[in-house]
Amino acid sequence: MNKAASAPPRVGLFVTCLVDLFRPSVGFAAVKLMEDAGCVVEAPAAQTCCGQPAYNSGDRDDTRKIAKATIEAFEDYDYVVAPSGSCAGTLKKHYPGLFKGDGAWEERAQAFSDKVHELISFLTDTLGVTKVSAELTGKATYHDSCSGLRELGIHDQPRKLIGSVKGLKLFEMDEADVCCGFGGTFCVKYSEISNAIVEKKTANIVASGADMLLAGDLGCLMNMAGKLKRQGSDIEVRHVAEVLADMTDQPPIGGK
Amino acid sequence: MSGRDAIMNRIRNVLNATDAEDDPRRVAASARIDFPPRGVIPARGQLGLDGRIKLFKKMAETAAATVEKVSGPGEVPKRLAAYLRKHNLGAKLRMGSDKRLRSMPWAEERALQVAIGPSDGSDEVTVSHALAGIAETGTLALASGRDNPTTLNLLPEHHIVVVNAKDITGDMETMLDMLRERFGKGVMPRTLNVITGPSRSADIEQTLLLGAHGPRALHIVIVGGK
Amino acid sequence: MQITSPTFKANAHEALHDAQLQRALGNVRSGFIHKRAKAVGALPEFEELRDNAKAIKDHVLEHLDIYLETYEKKVEDAGGKVHWAETAAEARGIILDICRMNNARTVTKGKSMLTEEIELNDFLEASGIQPVETDLGEYIIQLRGEHPSHIIAPAVHLNKDQVEQDFRRVHTEFAQDRDLTEPEQLLSEARQVLRQKYFDADVGITGANFLVAETGTSIIVTNEGNGDLTQTLPRVHIVVASIEKVVPTLDDAAQILRVLARSATGQEASVYTTLSTGPRRDNDPDGPEEYHVILLDNGRSAMLGTEFQDALRCIRCGACINHCPVYHAVGGHAYGWVYPGPIGAVVTPSLVGVDKAGHLPNASTFCGRCESVCPMRIPLPKMMRHWREKEFERGLNPAVARYGLKFWLWFAKRPRLYRLATYLAMPVMGLFGGHKRRFRFLPFAGGWVRYRDLPAPEGRTFMQQWRDRQTINQDARG
Repeated sequence: MNKAASAPPRVGLFVTCLVDLFRPSVGFAAVKLMEDAGCVVEAPAAQTCCGQPAYNSGDRDDTRKIAKATIEAFEDYDYVVAPSGSCAGTLKKHYPGLFKGDGAWEERAQAFSDKVHELISFLTDTLGVTKVSAELTGKATYHDSCSGLRELGIHDQPRKLIGSVKGLKLFEMDEADVCCGFGGTFCVKYSEISNAIVEKKTANIVASGADMLLAGDLGCLMNMAGKLKRQGSDIEVRHVAEVLADMTDQPPIGGK
Repeated sequence: MSGRDAIMNRIRNVLNATDAEDDPRRVAASARIDFPPRGVIPARGQLGLDGRIKLFKKMAETAAATVEKVSGPGEVPKRLAAYLRKHNLGAKLRMGSDKRLRSMPWAEERALQVAIGPSDGSDEVTVSHALAGIAETGTLALASGRDNPTTLNLLPEHHIVVVNAKDITGDMETMLDMLRERFGKGVMPRTLNVITGPSRSADIEQTLLLGAHGPRALHIVIVGGK
Repeated sequence: MQITSPTFKANAHEALHDAQLQRALGNVRSGFIHKRAKAVGALPEFEELRDNAKAIKDHVLEHLDIYLETYEKKVEDAGGKVHWAETAAEARGIILDICRMNNARTVTKGKSMLTEEIELNDFLEASGIQPVETDLGEYIIQLRGEHPSHIIAPAVHLNKDQVEQDFRRVHTEFAQDRDLTEPEQLLSEARQVLRQKYFDADVGITGANFLVAETGTSIIVTNEGNGDLTQTLPRVHIVVASIEKVVPTLDDAAQILRVLARSATGQEASVYTTLSTGPRRDNDPDGPEEYHVILLDNGRSAMLGTEFQDALRCIRCGACINHCPVYHAVGGHAYGWVYPGPIGAVVTPSLVGVDKAGHLPNASTFCGRCESVCPMRIPLPKMMRHWREKEFERGLNPAVARYGLKFWLWFAKRPRLYRLATYLAMPVMGLFGGHKRRFRFLPFAGGWVRYRDLPAPEGRTFMQQWRDRQTINQDARG
């Protein structure tokens, strides 16, 4: 083995703005999972947001500015990892398209894109993690967030790792692959429709018989947790990384 | 400027079209029409004759048709008379002038009245001879004309279709080749009805019901084969 | 048809509070999706067929002029007539002329979204010609004076008791005390009523799923057999089709048919695939004596060569609609024009203007389920985003959203200030979340807290804590 291959991979953690602001413990769970798997993890201070709010609002210019800053902050790492399918999807699947026809930047964006991974699939598919050493007694159900599922093909990976958590049983809900109605600014701009969608989702969650809801995207989790709490449900909501990293000391999202 | 010219000019501008005979776009298009590429043919129907017959029957039944097999054309009248009795239908049939049908021994079924010609909608049961069957989906192909008028396919309550086992193809594309062979390249019968099962609708509360506007029942008789 | 897309939000509000509609929409959510998944699962070559179907249509769009010319010539060779119409009004005029020349008093119609698009029924009626829809769903909504709420299941927004009421109101020739409680009875009655209409009609009008250049053939696909009777019994058959329906060969049509039926209704094959070529021949005992094709543009050629060209691959199967969570919530009428759901959100702004249909491409969570099931691999979310970009450029999106976004972006583009602001704000916000760790009320977050609680932030941001951790680590190493 040459030296480069034996050196631990240097990972730039793209924290995501929601984790940074609302639930830092997910970020630390991500760090722990990757460090346990032998990575050196850093969180560059120049990061803010992936630009999705601008991108999905049709503001291409501002998205490009944010994308450039993000690429500059992260392009020296071996890998760029985000604890979110949605943000990772934007970095990986949409950044190159932003610079189409823009010679040097198109190339840089593509090279950057090649390094981007969503956390859980990075653990399993790139690092070869097959089990975790966490322990938690309970019945969990897992929601497939849309971008992770359909842009990045994340479906079996989290289920496999959840299956290795001692004491935790997975109860599949109906329509696990159907949107929760979050959709970024959609949930505020079309709040009434968003509500109708999340109501169907929480009905499926409750019907699954699980006492814990897990997913890989904080936006979806906050939406579903917010609805469950408003409905008076005591189902605990957590990011899947918290459970896999055995870091469940923090109260669940939206409280007990 | 006519509508045609306006539309065509817009399209041609976008596509940078030229009138040159050797415009690569023109060459590519005429090559495709002269030699239609085969596309993706599902493996499902690529079987020997026996396998095709079996699959055809299974798929047609899945589409709610009924299927029976007879060893030769001579048996058809007897079996159809039995079909009519079984379903409490009058001993009357209508068919076109297809020689394969007309040469069957209808006279042996004395009670059976056989009318010839297109339907005016008053026939309960009609009989057609298919050009081909398609095993992949349990589908029938029926060409219009005096032999098998289109109205016979659509207007009765019960539509009975006779198909020769050897005409059951694996896939629709092979049926299209048969069609080209029979009518000539680029030529079609006025109507080709490609039929899979009896008429149905799910327009009321997504409840599937048979017999919307076309036949309520489709009965297929396979002649020959094992 | 009045375009109500500008009031999409109000339409959606009404739809969400319509208990009858919500019950009917449950049928879409359960039925179509499982049937499609089963049919797709049963055909190992399905993904490969999708690729080829897409490739065929892309090829057509790159050679559209040539295939249209070839098709036209072939129709004429078979004794048919081709008419070209740039606009809806031109198409209506041509149809009326043909009807008048044949002294038509009634026309039967096969199911056709294009004739919805050109508002043919209202026009014919105003011209003294009675159009009769023959597809069961279309017939029902015609009785109700409504428009389709779905492109392949036009009456999916209705329940059977509503249909019963309409039949009792209109079919006065039957005994008042007849039993119509079961869907079978409703279907049977419609069959009886419509059967006579086919024979009475002077002209039959259908759409087309495909126009085949190789042979000059129009193809329609139905399950009921209604469109097929419509083009067999009347003396004149008129096909109304948009220009992008042309395919090169019969084989190409066969390829796309395989993905069409499975994507639409989850069938292996639709019941009737009817191929028509010209009028009846000398020896034919049945079939129409005249065969006309109206090739309609109505905005299609303007989409060619633009970022919306891919939408011209659409085969109107309805899979995107069937899988759309927004459609499941509000139904088809809320979209306010002919085409609902994701494909509607993409083509409506093209065909009626983004100023009118601006809501539609915004009312999506970008969940991507539509694209994942589209047999023609149309990148629907990407195109909705293109519309959002056009709206943004023109400043068409609401001021509140624009300023909110600008405020956020101002910080997002300035990492240091962003850090400073969030270091200060989040702990305070976390504190206000209280022991329940969530908000029921919060100013400026009305859209969120009206329907759900907002989980409170934990307190100090990740980056704040991370900096501390780095400092500690450095000290430890120091």
